[in-house]
Amino acid sequence: MANFTPLSAAIGGALIGFSAVLLMLLTGRIAGISGIFGGLLNPDGNDRGWRIAFIAGLILAPLLAAVIGHAMPTPQLPSSWTVIIAAGLLVGFGARLGGGCTSGHGICGVARLSVRSITATAIFMLAAIATVAITRHGLGG
Amino acid sequence: MLMLASLLCGLVFGAGLLISGMVQPTKVLAFLDIFGAWDPSLIVVMIAALAVSAPGFVLARRHARPVLAEECAWPTRTGLDRQLVIGSVMFGVGWGLVGLCPGPALESLATLSPGVIVFVVAMTAGMILHDVWQKARPKLRRDAALVDG
Repeated sequence: MANFTPLSAAIGGALIGFSAVLLMLLTGRIAGISGIFGGLLNPDGNDRGWRIAFIAGLILAPLLAAVIGHAMPTPQLPSSWTVIIAAGLLVGFGARLGGGCTSGHGICGVARLSVRSITATAIFMLAAIATVAITRHGLGG
Repeated sequence: MLMLASLLCGLVFGAGLLISGMVQPTKVLAFLDIFGAWDPSLIVVMIAALAVSAPGFVLARRHARPVLAEECAWPTRTGLDRQLVIGSVMFGVGWGLVGLCPGPALESLATLSPGVIVFVVAMTAGMILHDVWQKARPKLRRDAALVDG
């Protein structure tokens, strides 16, 4: 557990929770990123404004952090483009089919004690743990 | 005002992901790697987020309507179905392959990392593929496919 960072994790997590509550109190929307982003892809959608604004804020955060001297480290990704593309397709299709992602189900849904979200969170956590076990350790799962 | 509020919420959300370290895929994978050098940080992020959002949502429920909109769009679906299970398995496998989920992926576009851009394009394609496929299905089954979040 050499890389365990409980303090920054707790502060960051509290901010994420605060953002979800603030978004609901102000705009009445659930802070599920796949839902917010996915709604932009609906050709009949008529509520693009707040969705674009939220995602703009999300992207603006590391740029502002860089200005005050906390540049975001470049994300380290697998070298295989095939893996990156396959993962992206699975995350996109899966989040829409399953009705949410780590934020919508994992934080907002679990906070509401939604049985659907608790189930979804347990399933995608286990699937992700199994995937890492197989790809890193070659364990059956 | 609605746009400004959303922008602010996106900023706070992004700051949270940034401070928690969850924008770094290697840190997420270190949490998922329970057989390796396990890093429990992600579970602390979730617990802290829930410690704020759970009571916050209880408070929000007491308000008849949000400040800047007509009504609160609380998810209304209940009950489990095959789509939830299959979708979550797919999501989990993709998440485990790279360590990116939609929030950190979109936020990381700020780094202009080619890998992140390709991931987001593929993720968007996956979402469009899903929507096209759902539209091609009979309506009865489609009704069960509204989003939770």
